Amino acid sequence: MSVLDGIYLLLGLMFAAAAWLNLKDRSNPKHLRRASFWALYAATFLFGTWLPPFVVGCLAIGMALLAGLGLGKSGAGEPSETERRAGAARLRNRLFVPALLIPLVTVLGTLLLQNYTPGGKPLVELKDATLVALGISVIVALAAGLYILRQPFAVSLTESRRLVDAVGPVVALPQLLAVLGAVFAVSGVGQVVAHLVGRFIPVDSVLAVVCAYCLGMALFTLVMGNAFAAFPVMTAGIGLPLIVKLHGGDAAIMGAIGMLAGYSGTLMTPLAANFNIVPAALLELPDQNGVIKVQIPTGLALLVVNTLLMYFLVFRF
Amino acid sequence: MLTLIGVAIVVLGFALRLNPLLVVVAAAVATGLAAGLDLVGIVTEFGRAFTQNRYMALVWLTLPVIGMLEKNGLKEQAQALIARVGAATTGRVLMLYLVIRQVTASLGLTAFGGHAPMVRPLVAPMAEAAAENRYGELPPRIRFLIRAHAAATDNIGLFYGEDIFIAIGSVLLIKAFLDQAGYPLTPLQIALWAIPTAIAALLIQLFRLWRLDRRLQRELGNTP
Repeated sequence: MSVLDGIYLLLGLMFAAAAWLNLKDRSNPKHLRRASFWALYAATFLFGTWLPPFVVGCLAIGMALLAGLGLGKSGAGEPSETERRAGAARLRNRLFVPALLIPLVTVLGTLLLQNYTPGGKPLVELKDATLVALGISVIVALAAGLYILRQPFAVSLTESRRLVDAVGPVVALPQLLAVLGAVFAVSGVGQVVAHLVGRFIPVDSVLAVVCAYCLGMALFTLVMGNAFAAFPVMTAGIGLPLIVKLHGGDAAIMGAIGMLAGYSGTLMTPLAANFNIVPAALLELPDQNGVIKVQIPTGLALLVVNTLLMYFLVFRF
Repeated sequence: MLTLIGVAIVVLGFALRLNPLLVVVAAAVATGLAAGLDLVGIVTEFGRAFTQNRYMALVWLTLPVIGMLEKNGLKEQAQALIARVGAATTGRVLMLYLVIRQVTASLGLTAFGGHAPMVRPLVAPMAEAAAENRYGELPPRIRFLIRAHAAATDNIGLFYGEDIFIAIGSVLLIKAFLDQAGYPLTPLQIALWAIPTAIAALLIQLFRLWRLDRRLQRELGNTP
């Protein structure tokens, strides 16, 4: 068991607590469904490392079915305004300490875990450093919070239940979309799209090729929800053969700006759920596309900028 | 062509506002079947990718801390702090956050920020409070608009900052892909060319936040 597995266990316990508190919530006529939803999600973290993939797949599909049936209205109440005002008056700026400890300890922890290698061996795998540091930062911030606020530990669990219920099933959406991306990849969706785009470009025109690559990156990211998924497909289909090989463009510039052109797509698609749909739920916006709507002007402007930058830079260096 | 059926399901399902989890599962199953995979194979791939992407959920681990602080008045204190800064406006609060977010991300400190740990408990309440101090109680429409801009500012700062850092996922992906294709490059050669876009993104978003302030003034300000 790795350190990261241990942190997933903590996350599993947090969702299990949400399931337990919902199970006891008689104010919600569908409390069994809501409790089951969080229980299934908790199971994927508590046992995910050891369960066969087929079983985890069944758990995830079960969650989607429950969410489709509807989870009812959670009985977790907002903390009262009197309580919040009293807390702010009592604790003042000390309230910021635990909140700021999270990013601070994460950053310091990441640097430490990446660079401190006793006996030439890193404490955790390098790619896991930030994730492990985030887990540690939460433990530190929680301890500081419990001490500063003088609250019993159970309060942190009732409060996390309130927040996961407020965000709802969207909590699991980023992960499910990553799954969709994986299925798209093994099914060859990317090749079909690249082939379609490739058929309609006048390859002799430098401008047309650059536009096709940049727009293609943005459009394909829009569909896949992820510029990382779009990049290999569009670059193998258009970027490398047409911009670099046919017209002699610079590979580094093509790659760097091409990826950034894809980010315009990320800003404009509900499929990039962790950036667009999750914050809308987290900030309790009535419109789940509220964040996307304010990002569209910036996304489009940057797509134009990136296409122009590519056109003027890629053949010059 | 049939493999594109999943894309169609996603577009249609999201447009019709069906439950997104159900839409995604349906799209994945349909795509897999269209590509000739069997049902057990699809569910297995499903579970494998679901477990592999568990890291995406780790950010939720911050919720016990954030929830407990909220219960004890974190948002109220953030608002009180902003009320003491006379020059604070919604746009300026978000501009400052944009600069901090983009600069730290460009140094590889992408964990400094985020919607759950920073935007919900601190940035959005501060941006809202700055408008409240000037214009009084905000209509819900404006309150939600400000929150949406707070979330967008976090995204834009992160996306166009992190690509300047040489050891970030996207730069390494570009490098790995071009290496394989026979174009060996250093991460620095790639990250360098993210700088023009980063500057453009910063300027465009600063301009949009300046316009947000103007819009709030126009819609809420009772000019004498």
